[in-house]
Amino acid sequence: MLTDHILTLITFVPTAGAIVVAFLPRKGRVVQAFTLLVTLVPFVRWLHLPARFVYAHHGFQVEENQPWITSPAIRYHLGVDGLSLWLVLLATFLAPVGVLVSWRSVQNRTKEFYFLFLLQQTAMIGVFTALDLFLYYGFWELSLVPMAILIALFGPDRGRQAALKFFLYTFIPSALFLVAILYLYVKAGTFDFVTLQSRLASGSLGITPQALFWLSLAFLVAFAVKVPVFPLHGWLADVVQEAPTAMAMVVAGKLGLYSIFRFNLGLFPEQARAIAPLMIVLAVVGLLYGALVALAQTDMKRLVAYSILGNLSFCTLGIFCFALAGLNGAVYQTLNEGLTGGALLVLVSILYERYGTYDMSLYGGLASRLPWLATLFVITSLALIGLPLFNGFVSEFLVLSGSFGSHPRWVGVAALGVILSASYMLWMVQRIFYGKESSLVANRPATDLDFREHITLWPMAILMLAMGILSPYWIKAIEPAMTPLSGAVPAVETPVSPIASAAQVPGGVQ
Amino acid sequence: MNDFARIAPEVIFTLGGIIIMLADAMMPKASSRKSLGWLAVLATLAALAASMWQAQLPAGTAYYGVVRTDAFSVFFHVLIAGIVLATLLIVLDAVTPETEGLGELFALIQFGAVGMILMSSAVELLLVFIALEISSISTYIMAGYRRKSAKSAESALKYFLLGSFATSFFLYGIALLFGATGSTRIDEIAQAIARAVAGGHVSPLLYPGLAMIIVGLGFKVSAAPFHVWTPDVYEGAPSPVVALMSTAPKAAAFAVLLRIAYGALPALHAHWVPILWWLAVISMTVGNLGALRQRNVKRMLAYSSIAHAGYLLVAFTALSQEGIAAASFYAVSYAAMNVGVFAIISHTGGYDDHLTLIDDYRGLAYASPVLAGSMAFFLVSLIGIPFTGGFFGKFYVFSAALHSGMVWLTIIGLINSGIAAFYYLRVVAAIYSEPSGAAPIIGVAKPSFPLLLAVFLTAATTLILGIVPGNVLSAARDAAKTYSTSSPAMPSVPPAITASR
Repeated sequence: MLTDHILTLITFVPTAGAIVVAFLPRKGRVVQAFTLLVTLVPFVRWLHLPARFVYAHHGFQVEENQPWITSPAIRYHLGVDGLSLWLVLLATFLAPVGVLVSWRSVQNRTKEFYFLFLLQQTAMIGVFTALDLFLYYGFWELSLVPMAILIALFGPDRGRQAALKFFLYTFIPSALFLVAILYLYVKAGTFDFVTLQSRLASGSLGITPQALFWLSLAFLVAFAVKVPVFPLHGWLADVVQEAPTAMAMVVAGKLGLYSIFRFNLGLFPEQARAIAPLMIVLAVVGLLYGALVALAQTDMKRLVAYSILGNLSFCTLGIFCFALAGLNGAVYQTLNEGLTGGALLVLVSILYERYGTYDMSLYGGLASRLPWLATLFVITSLALIGLPLFNGFVSEFLVLSGSFGSHPRWVGVAALGVILSASYMLWMVQRIFYGKESSLVANRPATDLDFREHITLWPMAILMLAMGILSPYWIKAIEPAMTPLSGAVPAVETPVSPIASAAQVPGGVQ
Repeated sequence: MNDFARIAPEVIFTLGGIIIMLADAMMPKASSRKSLGWLAVLATLAALAASMWQAQLPAGTAYYGVVRTDAFSVFFHVLIAGIVLATLLIVLDAVTPETEGLGELFALIQFGAVGMILMSSAVELLLVFIALEISSISTYIMAGYRRKSAKSAESALKYFLLGSFATSFFLYGIALLFGATGSTRIDEIAQAIARAVAGGHVSPLLYPGLAMIIVGLGFKVSAAPFHVWTPDVYEGAPSPVVALMSTAPKAAAFAVLLRIAYGALPALHAHWVPILWWLAVISMTVGNLGALRQRNVKRMLAYSSIAHAGYLLVAFTALSQEGIAAASFYAVSYAAMNVGVFAIISHTGGYDDHLTLIDDYRGLAYASPVLAGSMAFFLVSLIGIPFTGGFFGKFYVFSAALHSGMVWLTIIGLINSGIAAFYYLRVVAAIYSEPSGAAPIIGVAKPSFPLLLAVFLTAATTLILGIVPGNVLSAARDAAKTYSTSSPAMPSVPPAITASR
């Protein structure tokens, strides 16, 4: 019975939890423990969904659809497909991890922290599940506010500036995005994604190609800033540096990439293909730029930030080549980045908690003192580099092989980025864990991972291996969702070719 | 008797004001006047109830067709009475029993309310003018209420001089309309103009008349370029008074502008739409760019109110019932969030305004998490983040404008709202920063019950408007429907939309 409203439940349990948090006493660890419990509820509820998921079904499942506001026609429409299924699971998985990471690093103003943390959780899950553009936009914008306030509140040095930068970078493109949504609404009379998709595909809305191009651009820019795609990444390094670890883990990547899949590819396939050459170039440049800048960093958090930029550019590359393998790989890479990048940030924050600095040059020879930490750090690094057996390998292989057919030269350059990313990661591991013991490490006794840190990190590490070895389990849900998005542009006038009719299947409305 | 029912809220407010004045004169000099404030609250509640009761009267006019009660007037009556109620609660929190002239302040608020609600129900332009003056004169006096403060005196004088200048524009506009049409009644003016347009002999007096009315009302709603008084007046006036005058008289003036534009002059829409288009663009831009440079919270909010007047004017250009409904809805959502912000500013900044700069608010979150959280919520709503009234208002206004093909206006407006985020966020960031040393913010008193009530009411309204706006939306739409019959010249749905559907 509960499954009828499982999406509502998963989306809004964190909000309900946030309201309770506001009234909890500040004493002891009550707030942390309660938040951990609240974040585990959606995760556990969600876990059984992959088992019930109908993999053969194109389109959305476990939908909830009822009118919310009659005029303007806004519906409360939630649903998931193979794409959002895993992204929601990732978000719900990273939530308890985020709580555990913040357990000790957030000591002051815990109520504010966990209140906003839980609101952020609702906003993110809402973005993945909302199928009404108004509702979606609501969650999309909502996801900015707790994040910005948390960065301002907990940023160690320049939190306020970083928060403002982040907010303005994302909010101003979102304003134009809202214009585009309103324009679609005026033309179609609905915000419903499924209806809009089928009506746009049939070309019955009477929107000129030029207007469509601008609409898709407004969508794309808003999403690309959030990913971030290469020239729009200005906020990323500052935010990753200033944000609390639990927030830095989720700030980049999945929200923007999901939206590109869902809306740019789903609503504007033709326009997405028109702009693809530009996006591929930006992706490759971002890949190399991220790797090269990461090589030059001494601050670990900034290094991670630029490695995130590089890894996310892989997703962009996979998306805009429109090959099925590439799209699958891009989704997989989105999941990987959330997992591996998150784990890396956790590890870096554990180092910081022990030694009070992010400066790599002060570390050295840590492996013999903290063997468990070193082990997990190496595992995560190898996953990030894309060593076979690990998740990163699957996605990089899929992206590169999928896009090689259409853009061999650019993919060749992108492969260079893989090598570079291996070099900066290994270099970081080498500097921190091996070599001579630095004076910092020698003078400051530190304990190896404690129980809390073990249960934070091991599930992530195991998942990295599992996703590397058992990738078909994930891909079998992703592929049906990606199939209609791949391939040539569906013909607009004559929807008789098999590809064109396939493109309309997820719409469900013929 | 039927006539009387149509002015019941006005009568109740008037009686409330008179009783408070008399009681104030008869009470011993030393005794606290705060009880009079609760009397005013009672009178306001009664007026609110009377306004809601008016909803069940059939729409119609009274007293020889000078007053009209319909869904539109009821909508604005309820809004204004609600604002007055919240303002009274804020005043009760802000003042001490020793505050000078407290009894008169409560009476003035009641009389001001009479003027404002009468503005929304009067359909005879001379009565509109009288109502406008009643409301304006009360606010002039209230703006200068801190007699010992030079800024307050300057504020009142500036407001008075420029305000009287503007009302004379408005009066001159009425005179010209009368010259052109031979009537000062809104429905008769509409008919006369419709006849003239049909006959092809439109009196040239109409155009300067229209322009003068827009200037006069543009001043009252603080639309740029008639906005110069706003920052100074808001800075000098006591914060509870600003809560009132930044929302209620503006809502009333917008109601008048709606009545005149859509009730009296729909046939001239080809002339007033471009004017209001430009006013909207200039107001949004001037307001937001001006606010960016402010360090004083009240001046910043003054510029923000100019910008919000611009957003509201966007709805006028939609030229449809949706536009009217959007304007009415926006007035409600702006009132809720802005009164809420000023409730907190009034409490933390104090009646004497000892905290004025944005930086003074650093660390409010440490001093009072409840006030800080509510203030952040109101500011987030002013930015226009979803699930708040501010967002839905903006969404509704701009979707109405886009419906009428105002693509550029929508783009300009929403880019503006992006810029606006910056200065609201500065305040949010300040609230949640650590206070510097012995900042005065630490000594903020515990909020009293009336203030908490005011904050709760405004916050709940803002949230409801953002999440379940259905009831207010349908009320706004009913209010807008009053124009479909009285103005045959106006298309209820713009032709561009009918074609595309």
